[in-house]
Amino acid sequence: MFGNLSDRLIDTFKNLRSKGKLSAADIDATLREIRRALLEADVALDVVKTFTGAVRDRALGDEVSKALNPAQQVVQIVNEELVTILGGEQKKLSFAKKPPTVLMLAGLQGAGKTTLAGKLAKWLKDQGQTPVLVAADLQRPNAVNQLQVVGERVGVPVFAPEPGNGVGNPVKVAKEAIKHAEKKMFSVVIVDTAGRLGVDEELMQQAIDIRKAVDPDEVLFVVDSMLGQDAVNVAKAFDEGVGITGVVLTKLDGDARGGAALSVASVTGKPIVFASNGEGMDAFEPFYPDRMASRILDMGDILTLIEQTQKNFDEAEARAMAEKIAKDSFTLEDFMDQMQQLRKMGSLKSMLAMMPGAGQMRAQLDNFDEREIDRTEAIIRSMTPAERRQPKILNGSRRARIAKGSGMTVTDVNSLVNRFEQAAKMMKTVAKGGVPQVPGMPAMPGMGSFGGGKSKGKDKKKGSKSGNPAKRAAEEAARALGQNPNSAGSTGSGSAFGI
Amino acid sequence: MALMFWKKKRNEEVAPVVEPIAEVLIEQVIEPVVEIPAVDEVLAPVISEALVAVELPKRSAKKGIRSLFSRIKFDPENLDDLEDILIQADFGLDASVAIVDEVKLRAKKAGAESENQLKEVLATVLAESLERSDKALNLSAGKLPYVFLVVGVNGVGKTTTIGKLANWLTEGDWKVFIGAADTFRAAAVDQVATWAERAGATLVRPKQEGQDPASVAFESVEAAIKADADIVIIDTAGRLQNKIDLMGELDKIRRVIEKQAEISEVLLVLDATTGQNGLAQAKAFAEVAKVTGVVLTKLDGTAKGGIVFAIQKELGIPVKLVGVGEGINDFAFFDAQEFARGLVS
Repeated sequence: MFGNLSDRLIDTFKNLRSKGKLSAADIDATLREIRRALLEADVALDVVKTFTGAVRDRALGDEVSKALNPAQQVVQIVNEELVTILGGEQKKLSFAKKPPTVLMLAGLQGAGKTTLAGKLAKWLKDQGQTPVLVAADLQRPNAVNQLQVVGERVGVPVFAPEPGNGVGNPVKVAKEAIKHAEKKMFSVVIVDTAGRLGVDEELMQQAIDIRKAVDPDEVLFVVDSMLGQDAVNVAKAFDEGVGITGVVLTKLDGDARGGAALSVASVTGKPIVFASNGEGMDAFEPFYPDRMASRILDMGDILTLIEQTQKNFDEAEARAMAEKIAKDSFTLEDFMDQMQQLRKMGSLKSMLAMMPGAGQMRAQLDNFDEREIDRTEAIIRSMTPAERRQPKILNGSRRARIAKGSGMTVTDVNSLVNRFEQAAKMMKTVAKGGVPQVPGMPAMPGMGSFGGGKSKGKDKKKGSKSGNPAKRAAEEAARALGQNPNSAGSTGSGSAFGI
Repeated sequence: MALMFWKKKRNEEVAPVVEPIAEVLIEQVIEPVVEIPAVDEVLAPVISEALVAVELPKRSAKKGIRSLFSRIKFDPENLDDLEDILIQADFGLDASVAIVDEVKLRAKKAGAESENQLKEVLATVLAESLERSDKALNLSAGKLPYVFLVVGVNGVGKTTTIGKLANWLTEGDWKVFIGAADTFRAAAVDQVATWAERAGATLVRPKQEGQDPASVAFESVEAAIKADADIVIIDTAGRLQNKIDLMGELDKIRRVIEKQAEISEVLLVLDATTGQNGLAQAKAFAEVAKVTGVVLTKLDGTAKGGIVFAIQKELGIPVKLVGVGEGINDFAFFDAQEFARGLVS
């Protein structure tokens, strides 16, 4: 395969980087690659044309030729144009002045509306709202049933007066739902509607009727991120038909490059409000156009990362840790503390995915089992405090006991200890200012000069092949640790860049 | 196309009473756990090993295929524009370039210049690149029951496809079993149950919620063999092809089924609206599940499903069925000629 859009553009920029100043021919060659990359990412052809046109105009202007690093400028332009298409600033849901706020979901069959309804309900509930789900998809077999199960899973009531499977009038259901919500004091009503094709006039009319009946504050158009060129037609049909106010992107956890997002946003001019990226009911977040653009360019979702890191990473603790490492008093206890610090920031996997240059290791990331950290933790927790502080005293019988206590094998314990020792040694070197292990933040992140990060991605792959979970987890954590001291010395927030 | 397939010869075929049997089967659907042995005992003595040929009802996909030129006019003067048109139909850049080159070459050779002549050339090129000798369902050889495994990413229409397929086969008087091995998605079993009921097929449900799908598949095949069914279709949970664990689960389902019976078809259901990711899907599923055919669904929308050209070219997996609507009869065998004509019309 051709890799992700990010990967492709990075490839392109590599060529750019090797040259000093840009000629018109250089720019055109780059744009050809960008065009190809965008088309392979399923960005609609017309959108691609507008996009490359805009980038070319700007790239040919003074901006680039006078710039110190032309390649950086082109990346910047591409990034800015991407952000422009994706909708500029982040859009927040608009709530009604007088509750209930009504949110209506619409989209093609199989876009993921019902699952999304559940995720949205959970998200709203976590924000202190009292949502109610409305089963107005009376078309698809057992859609009502599915919504009920989903509602139960997230602990949100479901208003489903009709059984579905072709029975009942969805417009009536939607209308009654509003009354129901008013009476029962629900603050948000989420109306799940039947999936429909853009060309299906009857069903489109039904959606329009539902819209008229409930007068929603938001009509969210749910789009599968795997959608191809047809995204433009579909988006147009829905926007002109039912009239949408925002877009939700689903199945972003797949490996589709999600060009549909660009197409839909550009054709409708409507903002993408949410992104859904996993099977779990928590796999749902607000959509940040600027960050998404950076991610597409593989410059990493640095902003999110910084925010999360600042929130959770105790700077003082990090500094103390760096000192410890330098003094060679780093223990398994600290090792575990560090892992927990990282865990506080959320799923390690999604953290890693935000990293600049993460595109290269995306495949491995996708399959990194977070439970491996749990297993490593289990091993360490099965040790006595003395053992944690002095791994040297771990003899055969102690190791056997630990293995038993943690439900792992002695081999797992051995490999953890080995990994830890290696990591500790490595960190000591680093902390003393030895080999610069941290990629830090190069002038243009993710542009190939990402030596540390990249080669580590490869190491990881090899490690993974060895098939030892504990070893992999330890490697993982060791890597995270290995890079902490350096950044902790400079800024607290920077530490996570070294994961 | 010859729609003659071989199914088991049963005694009831002598007396052509179809309805009551369908009803008996419908009742079974409601039962939580399969109680096949009872049926088995009734049928077992009267089954002969001989097979009979059945002609299955014909279906056409014609109404679902929309022209490439419904939005953009075909310009005989400027064949390069054709590339854009193909790209917009999800053919992908490489396939689009290759097709346009081929059209140009042949047009020059044949001296085709007018719009109609050029369209004719295009239709031929398109049909040729999709024409396959192995496009028919593998339903005429081997041991019964035939086993179909239906796979794909989330939301492509696997369950609907199974419902349509099951209905079509029961219409041809086949004894159809469906294994509800999608134990992941909320209410998926109920959804396939509704379809099974509509189609008059027997559903094998999981014994408990969240049961290992491989064991459901195993039990389904086991039940089908016991009941002497003609075919068993296994529904699986939608999975994104980059989730190695879930793909591994599919591999397991496959292996477990093969302990009891040969798998006749592994059908990858592909949404026609899917873009270039369709190729990645086909690749991953082909590798893990050994896909033998593609079912192209949702062709009744504005999408053209051009990605199948790339899939055909890169992976050589034939398109076998197409879905063209929500009705139980809205599907057809894939016919490259019909498809190409429809696209060019």
